[in-house]
Amino acid sequence: MSAQVPVAAYLILAAVLFSIGVAAFLIKRNLITIFMSIELMLNAVNLTFVAFAHMWHQVAGQIFVFFVMVVAAAEAAVGLAIIIAIFRTRETLNVDQIDLMKS
Amino acid sequence: MQLALFIIFGGLAVLGALNLLLQRHPINSALSLVVVMMSLAVLYWSLGAEFLAASQVIVYSGAIMVFFVFVIMLLNAGEEERTTGSRAAYIVGFPGAAAIFCLLTFVFLSERKALGYTNVGGYLNHVTSNISEISTILFTKLLLPFEVTSVLILVAILGAVVLARKEQ
Repeated sequence: MSAQVPVAAYLILAAVLFSIGVAAFLIKRNLITIFMSIELMLNAVNLTFVAFAHMWHQVAGQIFVFFVMVVAAAEAAVGLAIIIAIFRTRETLNVDQIDLMKS
Repeated sequence: MQLALFIIFGGLAVLGALNLLLQRHPINSALSLVVVMMSLAVLYWSLGAEFLAASQVIVYSGAIMVFFVFVIMLLNAGEEERTTGSRAAYIVGFPGAAAIFCLLTFVFLSERKALGYTNVGGYLNHVTSNISEISTILFTKLLLPFEVTSVLILVAILGAVVLARKEQ
């Protein structure tokens, strides 16, 4: 049998992806890219769920990931519609110029 | 095989995520996010979640990312201009993200013994497959939440149509 991978390695990989998602969320200035980094964070959390489901020999974690995918699809549909509406009115995707609620 | 799969596709996922962070053009970020999602699908498969691996490819890298690419194309999103950004993001955000990462990694590494090891193909007994195991629970114990998600999807579709509609 070949070398085994500890569950902790999968969890650390998920933590790396989540942190990169947080960093991208903070430094990106494009609205669509910020939205994509939210998807990256959701994916990292899904990997954690699957790793724990594997560890506990339970299928409940995988069902949770299934529901997260459903909600992420709904969220992407609504979010991108909002982005289109913002672009119609403001003609920009730069978050520094979308500051209507700030002033 | 598990180790090889983990190193190759885990490395690919991290590289794709870093590419998402470093690329300036949104379409390049979207395509590198597709790379991340596909390699995560392989990792799901190696953890014994075959159904989720398939639905990751179909739902995430198929439906959602095509949607993103459509919107990028529709809005003709160009390169983002480099602005200073918010001070708070740089002062609080990055140490915060690094702190989250360090905390999670510390907890996972200190609990490494208790977490145990993975084996390829997962825990599946050879009687029921992963998909029948999931669907048995989904259509018996969790039938109501499953049906409620269809209402959620319907509301999301209506919301998207209303929001994206042209104002008269």
